[in-house]
Amino acid sequence: MATSTVPRSQRETRDSVVIRFAGDSGDGMQVTGAQFTLETALAGSDFSTFPDFPAEIRAPTGTTFGVSAFQIHFGGTDVMTPGDAVDVLVAMNPAALTVEVSDLKVGGTVIVDTDAFNERNLKKAGYAKNPLEDDSLAKYQVLKFDITKLTADAVKPHGLSSREAHLCRNMWALGLLLWMYGYERTATVEWLKRKFAKKPIIADANVAALNAGHAFGETAEMTEHMVGYVVPKAAVEAGRYRTVSGTEGLAWGLIAGLRAAGIEKMVFAGYPITPASALLHTLANLRAYGVVTFQAEDEIAAIGAALGASYAGSLGVTSSSGPGIALKTEMLGLAIATELPLIVVDSQRAGPSTGMPTKAEQSDLFQAVLGRNADAPLAVLAPVSTADCFDIAIEAVRLATKYMTPVIILSDGYLAHAAEPWRIPREADLPRFPVTYRTEPEGFHPFLRDAETLARPWVKPGTPELEHRIGGLERDYDSGHISYDPDNHARMTGARADKIAGIANDIPLQSVSLGDDHGNLAVVGWGSTFGAIHQAVKLARDEGLDVAHIHVRYLSPFPRNLGELLKRYDRVLVPEMNNGQLVKLLRAEYLIDAVSFPKVTGKPFRVTDIVQRIRGGAPPPPEAKGFGGDAG
Amino acid sequence: MTVTTITDAQLAPKDYASDQEVRWCPGCGDYAILKAVQKACADMGLVRERTVFVSGIGCAARFPYYMSTYGFHTVHGRAPAIATGIKLANPELDVWVMTGDGDGLSIGGNHMLHVLRRNVDLNIILFNNEIYGLTKGQYSPTSRRGTRSPSTPLGSIENPVSACAFALGAGARFVARSIDTQQAHLIATLKRAHAHQGASFVEILQNCVVFNDAVFENITGKEVAPDAQVLVEHGKPLLFGKNKEKGLRLKPGTLELEIVPAAPDVLVHDETNRPLAQLLAALEPPFPVAMGVLYCNPATSYEREVVVETGGNLDALLNSERTWEVVP
Repeated sequence: MATSTVPRSQRETRDSVVIRFAGDSGDGMQVTGAQFTLETALAGSDFSTFPDFPAEIRAPTGTTFGVSAFQIHFGGTDVMTPGDAVDVLVAMNPAALTVEVSDLKVGGTVIVDTDAFNERNLKKAGYAKNPLEDDSLAKYQVLKFDITKLTADAVKPHGLSSREAHLCRNMWALGLLLWMYGYERTATVEWLKRKFAKKPIIADANVAALNAGHAFGETAEMTEHMVGYVVPKAAVEAGRYRTVSGTEGLAWGLIAGLRAAGIEKMVFAGYPITPASALLHTLANLRAYGVVTFQAEDEIAAIGAALGASYAGSLGVTSSSGPGIALKTEMLGLAIATELPLIVVDSQRAGPSTGMPTKAEQSDLFQAVLGRNADAPLAVLAPVSTADCFDIAIEAVRLATKYMTPVIILSDGYLAHAAEPWRIPREADLPRFPVTYRTEPEGFHPFLRDAETLARPWVKPGTPELEHRIGGLERDYDSGHISYDPDNHARMTGARADKIAGIANDIPLQSVSLGDDHGNLAVVGWGSTFGAIHQAVKLARDEGLDVAHIHVRYLSPFPRNLGELLKRYDRVLVPEMNNGQLVKLLRAEYLIDAVSFPKVTGKPFRVTDIVQRIRGGAPPPPEAKGFGGDAG
Repeated sequence: MTVTTITDAQLAPKDYASDQEVRWCPGCGDYAILKAVQKACADMGLVRERTVFVSGIGCAARFPYYMSTYGFHTVHGRAPAIATGIKLANPELDVWVMTGDGDGLSIGGNHMLHVLRRNVDLNIILFNNEIYGLTKGQYSPTSRRGTRSPSTPLGSIENPVSACAFALGAGARFVARSIDTQQAHLIATLKRAHAHQGASFVEILQNCVVFNDAVFENITGKEVAPDAQVLVEHGKPLLFGKNKEKGLRLKPGTLELEIVPAAPDVLVHDETNRPLAQLLAALEPPFPVAMGVLYCNPATSYEREVVVETGGNLDALLNSERTWEVVP
C-alpha cells in the first residue's frame, strides 16, 4: 500500500498534535485510537494515550453519559502527557460533540459526521438546535462530512447490512486522520484481517472504509478543503519498542521480579474492583510464567490467600483500589507483624468510599504509608509512568523479599489504562536478586535477624527441623515465642521501624529530574503526575524561571538525601491529585515549609495548571477543565 | 499430580506437642481436643515438617502454638483464606484449619462458605462451645435462643446457626460431628477427615468450663447420651438408645425423620447421600443429635485443578503483539 501521494514537503509541520476520537460506546472509538497509536508508533513518533470510557457498561446510545473517548498526543518532542487541550476532535455524534468540545483549542479542528446530527440525536445530546447550523462552533474549524453515507458507499460492493456498514464508520474516520498526518495503513489492514479472520467480508469492508477515508482526504486536499500535516520522528534511544499500559507493565514486571528472585510461583489473589481488575485479568492469562491467579470471595480473603502463599514460600501478590485496600488493612498488619514478603498494588481512584471509580486520584498515600492500627511501617513505591510500572514491580519484589516486608505499589486509574512507547528490555539484562530460604536448623529461630537488613529468615513449611509457629501476637526478640514483656514490645517496635527505615540505604538517592539541585523553587511530585510536572517545569525554565522538578518514587522510606536536597531550594511546591498528602509528609519529616498544590477533580493535571502555579499565579479557577471535559 | 504419602511411624503423640506451655483454662475442652489431635497425628504418622496448623483468633486459635508442626496464628475469621493461599503455593502440604464458632461462623462465615464451596483440600476443625470465650463470654452465632451473656442480659433473641447444616449448605463434601470428651470417637473422626481428599469439616462440641459450662450436658451427659445421640456409621441402621431399641426412619408421606422402635424399616446410613445428611445435621433435641461422619462424597479438590506452569519465555511475552525497531 502506498503512502499518501502528497509529497511530504507540501505538508505543514507540527511538533506535536493532540487528537481525541469521541463517539458512542458502540462506535469503536477505543480500537480506532489504538490503531492510530500503532501507526503513529510505527512511523517513529513519540506518543502518550489515554482512554476515557464511561462507567456505565451499556449506556443508551446517543446519550452524553454513553460517550467513549480516546485521546492521543503524538509528535517528535515534548510528548509527556496525553495533552492538555485538543487540536483535533473527531465527534461521531452530537453527544460526543457537546461532551468533548470544551477541551478543543480555539482554532482547533472538529470533524463531524453530519448524518448523526439528526433531530433524535440532537435531542438526546441536549441541543435545542443543530450546532452545525448556527455560529456556536465559530471559533473552531468545522469539517462536516456525511461519514455515514461515504462509508456506506465505500462498503456497498461487499453487500453488508446497513447496520454492519454503519459499524465501519470508525475505520473511515481513521483513514482520514491517517491521511492527515501522513501515516501508513498497513498495520491496521493486517489487524483487521486478523480480527475478522472468520468473517472476511467484514474485514474487506472495513479495509474499504479505511481506504475510502484516506482517499477522501487526498481528494479533498486537491480541492483545497483540507491540509495535510507531517509530524517529525522522535529522537529516542535505539532499540525494539512496543506500546505498554501501566497494567501490562505491572503484570510483566511482577513476573520479571519473580524470576529475578528465583521464586517458583506467584500467587496473585484479587477481588473484582474498578480500576484494579485489569491486573487480575492480565495475569490470569500468564499461567505459563509460574502465576497462579485466585479470584477470592472478598478483598480480605484475597490478601489472606496472598499472605498464606508467601508464608508457604511463594510470592504473594494482591491488588485493589482504595476501598478494597481499606479492607485489607488488618491483614497488612499481620504481614508486618509476621514479617513476610507481600506485594500490594493499589490502583488509586477518586474517593472517599465508592467516590468516582473510573476517575484517577492520588489520595491513598496516607492510607498506604500510615493507614494501619499501631506502629506498622512498610515500604511504599509509586511508578511515574506506564513504562516505570515494569521497573517498580521488579523493585517491589526485591525489597519485599530482601527485607521480608509488605510493599505497597501506588498506581492509579490513569496509569492503569494509559499507554506509552516502551523500549523492551531483554530478560538477560534484568537484575537478579535470588532469595535464600533458610534450611539450616543450627541456631534457628523464626525472628533471628540478618545483621545488615534486619530481615528475619524465610522458611518454607516442608523444611525438616525448622518447624515453628508465627502469628499476630507479639513475639520475643530473642526466641520468636509469644511475649507480652513491655521492654520486648518496645524493642520489637523499634526493630520493625529500623528495618523499614534501613531500606533508605538500599535505594537510589533522590535525583533531580530537571533543573539544578538547588535554587528558587523545587516542584515535587510523585506517581503519574510526572509527565505534566516535567513538561511544566521545562516550559517555565524556557521562560527563564529558576525551577527544578523532583519526582519521588520511594515514598516509604524516603530516599535518605531527600530532606537535605529539598532544603537547598527557597520554596517547595507539591502538586498532587489529592487534598495535600505528600506535602504533609514532607513537612512532618523535614520541617520544611512546602506548599500544597492540590487537584481533586478526578482528572490529571494540565501542564498549563502547573506552569501558571510556578509563575506564582493564582490557582486555576474551579471550573477550569483538564482532559476529559465535562464527561459523565 | 500425584499425592505422595510419606508417614513417620516412629512418633508418639507427645512428639507432636511443642515446648510451649498450654494456656487454656483448667478443665477446658480444648485440652481433650489437643490430646485427640496429637494422638490422631501419631496414629497416622503425620510428618511434622509437612504439616501446617492455621488458625484465626479465639481460644481455639491458640492451637497451633501447642503443636510441634508448622503453625500460623492469623487474623480473626480469615484462616480459611490463608490456608487456601498455602495450598495454592504448595498443594503437598497437609494443612489444618483450627477455628471456633465465632471465628468460623461469624466473622469468618464468608470465608468458611467459600472454602467449603471450592473444596480446597483442608482439614477444618470447628470447636463449637456456643460462646465467645476469649472476649469473656458474649453469645455466639451458635448460642441457643435465650442464652444470657454480658451482651444479652435478657437472653439472646437470635436463632442459632447449625454448623453442620451450614457446611452442607455451602457444598462441603465431608461433614462430621464429634465431642471433645469422647476421645475414641473424636480420634476416629479426625482420621476420617484427614483421609478425605478435599475440604473436610468437623464440628466438635466443646465445653467452655468458664462461660458456658455444661451447655451440651443434655447431649453428652453419661446418663442421657444413649438417648440424646445417634452414632451414624455408613451402611449401618440409624439406631440409638441404651439397647439400640430406637431408630430413625422417614416419616411416610413427608421429608422428615421420625423416631420409631427398632424395626426393618429404620433408615440405613448412607454417607454419600446429601439429603439424608441434611436431615441428620438438623436433628436437635428431642431428637437425638447425630454424631459421626454425616456426609462423605469426595471430588477433585480445588488446588489440584489449578493449572500453573513455569518456564514461559519472558522475552517472547515482552515482544508479543506489535513491536517496532528504532535504529540509531
